[in-house]
Amino acid sequence: MSTERTRSLRRAAVTLLVAAAAYEALARSGMFPPALLPTLPAVARALVTSILDGSMLNHAFHTLSRVLIGFALATAFAVPLGILMARFRPVEHFFLPLASALMPIPSLAWVPVFILWFGLGDIVAILIVFYAAVFPVLLNTWSGVRAVNPLWLRAAGAMGADEAALFWKVMIPGAFPFIITGLRQAFLRAWIAVVGAEMLAASDWGLGWVIFDAKEFLNADVMLASLVVIGAIGFIFERLVFGSLERATVLRWGMVRMAKS
Amino acid sequence: MYDVASVQVPAELAPSAAREAPWRVVARTAFPFIVVGAIWEFVARLGLFPPRLFPSLETVASAFVRLTANGILPHHAFDTLIRLLAGFALAAAVGMAIGIAMGRSRRAEDVFLPLVSIGAPIPGIAYAPLFLLWFGLGNVSTVLLVGFVSCFPIIFNTWTGVKAVKDIWLRAAQAMGADDRALFRHVILPGALPYVLTGLRLGLAQAWRILVGVEMLAAVPWGLGWLIFGAREFLNTDVMLAGVAVIGIIGLALEKLVFQRLEQFTVVRWGMMT
Repeated sequence: MSTERTRSLRRAAVTLLVAAAAYEALARSGMFPPALLPTLPAVARALVTSILDGSMLNHAFHTLSRVLIGFALATAFAVPLGILMARFRPVEHFFLPLASALMPIPSLAWVPVFILWFGLGDIVAILIVFYAAVFPVLLNTWSGVRAVNPLWLRAAGAMGADEAALFWKVMIPGAFPFIITGLRQAFLRAWIAVVGAEMLAASDWGLGWVIFDAKEFLNADVMLASLVVIGAIGFIFERLVFGSLERATVLRWGMVRMAKS
Repeated sequence: MYDVASVQVPAELAPSAAREAPWRVVARTAFPFIVVGAIWEFVARLGLFPPRLFPSLETVASAFVRLTANGILPHHAFDTLIRLLAGFALAAAVGMAIGIAMGRSRRAEDVFLPLVSIGAPIPGIAYAPLFLLWFGLGNVSTVLLVGFVSCFPIIFNTWTGVKAVKDIWLRAAQAMGADDRALFRHVILPGALPYVLTGLRLGLAQAWRILVGVEMLAAVPWGLGWLIFGAREFLNTDVMLAGVAVIGIIGLALEKLVFQRLEQFTVVRWGMMT
């Protein structure tokens, strides 16, 4: 097993090295202008300088704060609404058709409309993130609460749990695997939406804006450096934040098992 | 990994309203839209906001009818759909090929997995300026970017699906004398299909979400994204909202008409999924 593992790792490293070498050879061959296809050291230099002079951190900070505010608002709105939808038929009948009609509209389609309504700037980006994140959380919470085994509810009821205990001790933990899945999907979408919104609703700071702005000046090295940062932040959130949230809750409660990979 | 079929959401869980009279279902579904429409109309007519920015539903509907009648809206929608299909076809072909290779061969898995894992977490739209720089403004960049972005869920799900084919099915088929081709066509492909379909569905949804944004950035001459973005310059909010409505209708139609049908036709009929 472990030898197979090291072989996989070695092959992965070889792949990445070969890919990097191929890219580097292409960049140095002079077939393409270096402004469009910068060499890897140039990209690394752009990344390091922008981190050292603080501008990259500032951009990342702005993007992160937009995405987190929008995401938090979406969670605060969608989780309670999803629970209400699952518990009360009239609420479900009212909001489900609306959600199904609005969901297929990509969040980026609203950017021009929101720009007209709210002007360029943070509000547009935050609202777009909200729109992108709200539906996955809503639908997953709704189906999660509906999917709670009725047997558990009856068992807890028979053991004398009152409404509040039923809600906090059975229903919420029972729905949590779904809710986490919803949050994960929502974050992926929010992350796409914030970058797109920043490109379209230009606002001086933000990773999406850097990339788009770099296009004007043919700074492909800055673009690639920002892509690295965007990818790294997305990866960190997916793995560390949601991974540890999952470990602290549903895995510990034994609701789901760790996928064997 | 990213977007791999995890928890199957809605559709099947839909409200248990099987025995309700059809007109009641229609009325119940229409009710929220009527309420929201009425609120919208009320706010629009109140005059709190300039009517150019917050048009009444009547204005939006008339813009919709006008643009449909003179063929502008269908032309935009058609171009968008062509781009979507071209990009998605590219992604489906490449993604499924890579995914199957990764599922079947250890070597291919070791080669592709690191590359795919690095590419996947970067949101597709972030590549847009880079593609525009490399391939120029216009259709080529748009289609390539859409294809590139929707490739990832297809690869991951195909890979997972091929790996999830039970060993015992393979051995049973082999014991019954199936050669490699028969094994692939009759065991691996049907076995992996539920995952592959999920991947295609996620891929199409991704492609759709990105395409509208890319059209805004890529300055293509026709396309719904461009229609909306261009209308902003002239404060034509009615045109924008009509465009958004068309985008919603197309998105809904893709999901309901294409994928649910396809699923009915294959995996449900084979009894792989209910």
